[in-house]
Amino acid sequence: MNLMEHQGKELFRRAGIPVPRSQHVTTADEAASFVGANPGNWVVKAQVLMGGRGKAGKIKFAKNADEAKAVATDIMSSPMPPNRQNPNGEPINSLLIEETLAVAKEAYAAIAIDRATKKPVIMVSAFGGMDIEEVADNHPDSIAKAFVDVSGGYWPFIGRDLAFKANLDKGYHRALPAVLAGLYDLFFRYGAKLVEINPLVLTEDGRVIAADAKVELDDDAIFKNPEFKQWQTTLPMDEDETLATKAGLGIRNFRRFDGTVGTMANGAGLAMGTMDAVKNAGGSFANFLDVGGGADAERVRNCYELVMNHTGAKAFFINIFGGITRCDEVAKGIVEALRTTSSRKVPLVIRLTGTNEDEGRRILAEAGMKPVQTMDEGAAEAVKMAGA
Amino acid sequence: MSIFLDKNSKVIVQGITGGEGSYHTGRMLDYGTNIVGGVTPGKGGQKSAHGLPVFNTVQEAVDATGATHTCIFVPPPFAADALFEAHAAGITFAVCITEGVPVHDVLKVVAATPGMRIIGPNCPGLISPGKSSIGIMPGHVFKEGNVGVISRSGTLTYEVVDLLTRAGFGQSTAVGIGGDPIIGTTFVDCLREFKNDSQTEALVLCGEIGGSDEEDAAAFIKKHMPNVPIIAFIGGRNAPPGKSLGHAGAIISGKFGTPQSKIDAFEAAGVPVADRPSQIPGLLAERMPAKV
Repeated sequence: MNLMEHQGKELFRRAGIPVPRSQHVTTADEAASFVGANPGNWVVKAQVLMGGRGKAGKIKFAKNADEAKAVATDIMSSPMPPNRQNPNGEPINSLLIEETLAVAKEAYAAIAIDRATKKPVIMVSAFGGMDIEEVADNHPDSIAKAFVDVSGGYWPFIGRDLAFKANLDKGYHRALPAVLAGLYDLFFRYGAKLVEINPLVLTEDGRVIAADAKVELDDDAIFKNPEFKQWQTTLPMDEDETLATKAGLGIRNFRRFDGTVGTMANGAGLAMGTMDAVKNAGGSFANFLDVGGGADAERVRNCYELVMNHTGAKAFFINIFGGITRCDEVAKGIVEALRTTSSRKVPLVIRLTGTNEDEGRRILAEAGMKPVQTMDEGAAEAVKMAGA
Repeated sequence: MSIFLDKNSKVIVQGITGGEGSYHTGRMLDYGTNIVGGVTPGKGGQKSAHGLPVFNTVQEAVDATGATHTCIFVPPPFAADALFEAHAAGITFAVCITEGVPVHDVLKVVAATPGMRIIGPNCPGLISPGKSSIGIMPGHVFKEGNVGVISRSGTLTYEVVDLLTRAGFGQSTAVGIGGDPIIGTTFVDCLREFKNDSQTEALVLCGEIGGSDEEDAAAFIKKHMPNVPIIAFIGGRNAPPGKSLGHAGAIISGKFGTPQSKIDAFEAAGVPVADRPSQIPGLLAERMPAKV
């Protein structure tokens, strides 16, 4: 779960990381009354999860109540423009009004989880305010890293060391160890997968302030903080995740694509393999779907309807390897699901192998369905049915 | 000889009275696994549905049975606790089946349980065919033999093993290492063991997108096992970046974890990468004869 900037900064504040003075508002009137009561140089920022707010004209400046009302109205008048990952853009429901900073320098600081060393990795770079992946491409040596032993935790020498190694401006040297201490504390206290400050600003008057906040929380750890459960309901949900949840699947178990062969398999590895098989057979897949362990009639029907109602599938390939899951139960589920569904129907290809395979095949045969034996065969058949 | 697990390994089940734990304990017993008891706090002194002694703590179970291996079937919020308890009681080999364990919990466990080998979390376990099985793998698909199997997934492993068995290639040990970003035992950890195993003469590696475990495995093979027949497969080759597909760890972020990087690494190590699982037995047969 990714947090909005204002939520991330709320966590920063609790961890003692300096952030700009700010007010979170949901209407242009609230923006006007806050700036009216606190005249000065303010920046008004759309609160969205999509990047590229500046370019989209969703970050603007205001000095008084009238200006605040005008820019807030303008920012909220249209959603964030669409991009490849967000074909519908993103609605703007709130704004963060922040003091403008007199920026002298911009740096980068983040903590993530390094899979190879199985440790948290702290990263610092003097190249702040730009896409870190571009920095990693163009100036790989500019990113200083420290892998932290979780038993010992973070100590200030790590921050001092990183400030020197990353060649940060001297103005950062005293503040960075404390900023990173706060960041590490927050990373662990809330079980984050990523905490990122980009840019970490050094102001003209020598203050070090987190001008932006990116926090990604572990979906599997949200139960530890009921507050996040609350935040989760207000965050714009990924549409595929919403659909998966409604169908009773895990949030990672369903994803849509623009192909013509609908797929369903048991197990994530096999489900990925099924997509690959469709592609290998010269076709295009409409979705990824891991039905999980028990594939009873209700589960199968939900999955079938999910794919029929929300993708452009012209054929449907069910690929089951019965390990723990028994083929006869899946077969019953398929027959029952198709008998009771009200969704549109497309040609169905079923591959059923493994535990109680013969009984499963018999059940399908009685219902007039003929399963194929192998994954490759099934994929080829489904691609043919979908008409390429 | 097989790795990690043989006929004599004494196994306990943490969560033995839960639905999943009880069901799979029965299956493991059927396969021949030497399960000596289970742990469910508050139910100590009772017998499990299979007639096995149930203990309140792992320490009591270890003291009474001499168990060295554990299989963990507890819900995600309690999985790290169960692993730490096993370690404190002197268990040296733990399989954690649980899916959805908070990644920070796993970070802490792997950092502070020296001397205990952990498989998973979010894994199907492992099996040394003909000897023993810990986890949820369907035993009937496997056959004893000389091919070691390492995989990040469950059902895809069964698919691959089924193909191998049908082609006459039995297995020494098959390890499902798990689909999470942080796991206790990696491909390389398994390769180190297989390298010294007299039963294992060839290997099949089933990787998937995300992370760099496969690249590390390729580098290890190039350096330490250049003459062993090894075939690789990478699942999720057509997945888009930025989104996990099923497994939390199966995600391409930026240039990291792409299928091409893994394929290149394996090919540079002289390991052919099958385009589809059905090619694996054929590629293996080109390098060693099947023992039907």
